[in-house]
Amino acid sequence: MQIVQQLLFVIAFGIAVYLFAQQARQIRRNILLGQDEDLTDHPNLRWRNLLLLAFGQKKMFRNPLVAVLHFFVYAGFVIINLEILEIILDGILGTHRLFVPVLGSLYPVLIGLFEVLAALVLISCVIFLVRRNVLKLRRFMSHDLDGWPRSDANYILITEIVLMTLFLTMNAADQQMQARGAEHYIATGPFWISSHLSPMFNGLSDGAVTGIERACWWLHILGILAFLNYLPYSKHLHIILAFPNAYYAKLEPKGEMDNMPAIQHEVKLMLQPELATDSPASDVIPKFGAKDVMDLTWKNLLDAYSCTECGRCSAACPANMTGKLLSPRKIMMDTRDRVTEVGKNIKANGSFQEDGKTLLRDYISEEELRACTTCNACVQECPVSINPLDIILQLRRYLVMEESSAPAEWTGMFSNIENNMAPWKFGPEDRENWIQEMNS
Amino acid sequence: MRIKTMAEYAANGETPEVLFWVGCASSFDQRTQKITKAFATILDKVGVQFAVLGREESCTGDPARRAGNEFIFQMMAQSNIQVLNMYAVKKIVTTCPHCFNTIKNEYPALGGNYEVIHHTTYLQQLIDAGKIVLKDGGAFKGKKITYHDSCYLGRANDIYEAPRKVLEILDAELIEMKRCRSNGLCCGAGGAQMFKEEEKGNIRINTERGREAVETGATVVAANCPFCMTMLTDGVKEAGKEDSVKVLDLAEIIAESLK
Repeated sequence: MQIVQQLLFVIAFGIAVYLFAQQARQIRRNILLGQDEDLTDHPNLRWRNLLLLAFGQKKMFRNPLVAVLHFFVYAGFVIINLEILEIILDGILGTHRLFVPVLGSLYPVLIGLFEVLAALVLISCVIFLVRRNVLKLRRFMSHDLDGWPRSDANYILITEIVLMTLFLTMNAADQQMQARGAEHYIATGPFWISSHLSPMFNGLSDGAVTGIERACWWLHILGILAFLNYLPYSKHLHIILAFPNAYYAKLEPKGEMDNMPAIQHEVKLMLQPELATDSPASDVIPKFGAKDVMDLTWKNLLDAYSCTECGRCSAACPANMTGKLLSPRKIMMDTRDRVTEVGKNIKANGSFQEDGKTLLRDYISEEELRACTTCNACVQECPVSINPLDIILQLRRYLVMEESSAPAEWTGMFSNIENNMAPWKFGPEDRENWIQEMNS
Repeated sequence: MRIKTMAEYAANGETPEVLFWVGCASSFDQRTQKITKAFATILDKVGVQFAVLGREESCTGDPARRAGNEFIFQMMAQSNIQVLNMYAVKKIVTTCPHCFNTIKNEYPALGGNYEVIHHTTYLQQLIDAGKIVLKDGGAFKGKKITYHDSCYLGRANDIYEAPRKVLEILDAELIEMKRCRSNGLCCGAGGAQMFKEEEKGNIRINTERGREAVETGATVVAANCPFCMTMLTDGVKEAGKEDSVKVLDLAEIIAESLK
């Protein structure tokens, strides 16, 4: 009988890991559809960002209360993984609480700590559910989240509550069986929380309590394996991608826009035609800016998969808070949806087949792009180092340089700069008006 | 006082200490010209030898680049760099955070390498060096002042403290708006919005920021950017407080208090 359980466990575990690895490979492939960009400079600064922003969750602490609750869930998630290691080994080897003989009196202390964390995770997730569904915080009520994204968030929280409840119930049943001196249940000493829950099983038979303990054990670990495979389809993927995303975050001042060397070169030849001889013109006409996800950089696409749709960016966006269509969160969600669609297209056809759609217009409208003031509030706010502004600016570059699509006032501003070297209709000599007034 | 251009300095074989990059926004408009005049007055009074480019200055290209027109940006940037390099300019001070950001962060990739300082940092340095001395406590003693962080000085370049240190010497009461420093709310002009109507929405961004500034109860809104100046002046007007609340640049505030 025991060997059947072991076999079932190994099969379930193997399938879960295999499926997750496949999904992970596909996401990696999708991210690498983006344009190349070298982000390996200054490794010290990058490791520092990874430690501060991802491990330390520095930006979450802009709102300390939520930061602490989120930290409980995060710490719970990471640290309880040590217990999961024991559960997996028990599953494979058919043992029960394999680490008890190894850790001795330290074991109940460790499990006690995990239980405290589990309780904190449980409480935090309930508070998060209340914030989303009862208090209805503005950033969770936005139309960005209509449909699947809003359910996704609730499923994640409910799953975590269920998993933590199973973990605590399993331990409580275990403690009950230990107290009864059942042979299979090795004595560990009391666990901090479940020892107090254990009396609720006092009236049940040995078989019933053992059944509850086993059921919770199986549901807990199968739940975790299922959750692992839910991640790639969910906003919750940030628990993994926040780390590389912090490492590859932009190190330059936020105000600096990326240079476009192809245009720099072209303009240089225009201003200094004598240089043309030593650099022959290229036959390939490059495309300027981004129209679809393949035109963006791989970091933009990693950003999109790292987004957990918390909406801090949109809550801080001056355009969004004054009722404009632009929402930086939607920019990231659209980018992710589009790259996922492109990925499916590639999977089905072997290579990308034109589907008549693009990120620009089919997902993100001109009106949204035009509303951005480039204030960097969205970039500043993002706890996982996402840069929605970079995508907005690349799409704007495409609109203006490939389609000559700009509001009439901008076209006027462009021609003023081109003709008078000022964005308004003033000539160069007008720049000296104030000087004459002061000098006279 | 006589404002001299770089060309005049060069003609005499002289080099000024610093180039004052005026920027378009503070060159043409009557209101924002006052910022330029105030800063030039301060430089003159403390004895800084400075030059301007005058008609040789062009738009940095910032609004074109942020609107998406890289060609026009490159044309402006490269011709500006030619002029600056021709005069062998080493140090630039500017009253415009957009010009500051572009010249400091974006010109190096195109061969323009200069020490670029925003005027609020420059004022702080002059104060620290004891060169700026206020007349009997200054014209703003005891007044309530709120400071608006411009996006291109604040988030774009992480400069939050220098302007506040400048305001500290006024012996005024500095009241922060709820959204300040890295949480500061944009005035609505950046990213070439200055040059077009806002998209459809419930309210203008500068109306929202003007309301927030007025709600602090301050009688002076201190700005560090000519675009913010224009937007906030309108915002304060819309809040119906144009008579009791003044929007002033830090240069104007210091110039008014100078001994």
